[in-house]
Amino acid sequence: MSLDFSIVWQQFPQILSAFWNTIWIWIVATILAILLGFVVAALRRYGPLWLNLLLRLYVEVIRGTPFLIQLFLLYFGGPFIGLSLEPIPAGLLGMTVYGSAYFSEIFRAGFAAIPPGHIEAAECVGLSRGQIVRRILVPEMTMLVLPQIVNMAIILMKETAILSIITVPELTLVVGAIGSQQYAFVEAMTMLALFYWALVELSGWLGGLAEKKLSKFRFAH
Amino acid sequence: MTRPAVRIRDVHKSFGSTEVLKGIELSVPKGSTTCLLGPSGSGKSTLLRCIAFLEETSSGIIEIDGDPLGFAEAGEGRRTRLSASDIRRVRAKIGMVFQQFNLWPHMTALGNVTEALVTVQGMKRSAANEIGNRQLARVGLSDRGHHYPSELSGGQQQRVAIARALALSPDILLFDEPTASLDPELTGEVLNVMRELAETGMTLVIVTHEIGFAASVGQKIAFLDHGKLLLDGPPAEIFGTPRHPRLEQFLETYLDRGAATLV
Repeated sequence: MSLDFSIVWQQFPQILSAFWNTIWIWIVATILAILLGFVVAALRRYGPLWLNLLLRLYVEVIRGTPFLIQLFLLYFGGPFIGLSLEPIPAGLLGMTVYGSAYFSEIFRAGFAAIPPGHIEAAECVGLSRGQIVRRILVPEMTMLVLPQIVNMAIILMKETAILSIITVPELTLVVGAIGSQQYAFVEAMTMLALFYWALVELSGWLGGLAEKKLSKFRFAH
Repeated sequence: MTRPAVRIRDVHKSFGSTEVLKGIELSVPKGSTTCLLGPSGSGKSTLLRCIAFLEETSSGIIEIDGDPLGFAEAGEGRRTRLSASDIRRVRAKIGMVFQQFNLWPHMTALGNVTEALVTVQGMKRSAANEIGNRQLARVGLSDRGHHYPSELSGGQQQRVAIARALALSPDILLFDEPTASLDPELTGEVLNVMRELAETGMTLVIVTHEIGFAASVGQKIAFLDHGKLLLDGPPAEIFGTPRHPRLEQFLETYLDRGAATLV
């Protein structure tokens, strides 16, 4: 018995389309999760106490339950509360919510790590609150949390595989189906692992480039 | 008699139940260098931060060149809070230099100096850079404009912070222990810049432990202890004999540590 990757390779156009779905869903969900995570962290820090407690509960519930179960409940349980979503929108929403909880914790630590004196210095030269957020807080925090952001984005990349349970036509679903149709599971799974690994290496490399560019901005003293 | 640059009237400040400033009365003459001295916890940094409006006083009035800062008198010992635009207008007369420099690490030295010119005053980048380069030259760093704070020594960072404050042409420059985070060999370069500023006739208010500097550059010494202004006068009077016993005790601890070269 020998492995024959050509059986899987013959379905190349299908695989390419699944590859593309994985990439764009990952990128869009990651961007939305970063934005939502930032808003959650900012509201927890600067909003009223009740909102902080409510959002803390949100973060803890999301972080405390498996993504698989969250996604299952969203897609199959959603219609019971009037939320019927197609697979791709449900997948995007699920990943955004899941990722936002982790990103918000990264940003929370980032907010806490900015020395208060940097904000006082900005107040002293007359920057308004909005200008302080835009010109000081966000750029400083970006450089502080970038490594963790890249790390979380890589985790999210691999989590896209779970979208297969709600029939999102991404890599795992499509390549897995080809494997079962052709009785070539090992070949399909090996290829899948290579695909994900390549994507993770690529995103890690891009993240590394960004970190290198920001390395000059490290904190002084 | 001209209006004082800063006038502090019966200022109290509490953090929770701890009263840190207990009825401070002080006036800072225009064009003078005033040094605030005192042991740790005496309230001198809090007083300076109140003048910068980084802390709000609990009661009393602070006037900057005759204009009330933050709060105005409303009769019968009460006071009203001024509008945000009034506060901004008065605060614009003040520049602040911190112990920890507080440069923004994601901007170059020039970027730090020009940030407020561009973002707050809406100045064109080229005009702001011209001012920025001039101020950096003034503190002896004309060749360091494109360096990030992490690429500069502590003394250079503090001089950039001084240039950042100067770029906005404040009437009054406040220093909160500007050399306390520096190695002794880097202290001199910062003190020299401050000495030059004092000679130009700018109003400086300096919280410092550099007693020798205070005695030689300061025209006025204010000695605080336990939230009260204990002594207030020219250095010759304050440091001349006979000295106040509390000051004597304070100076001894400094001389014991060999930190002061007292005149």
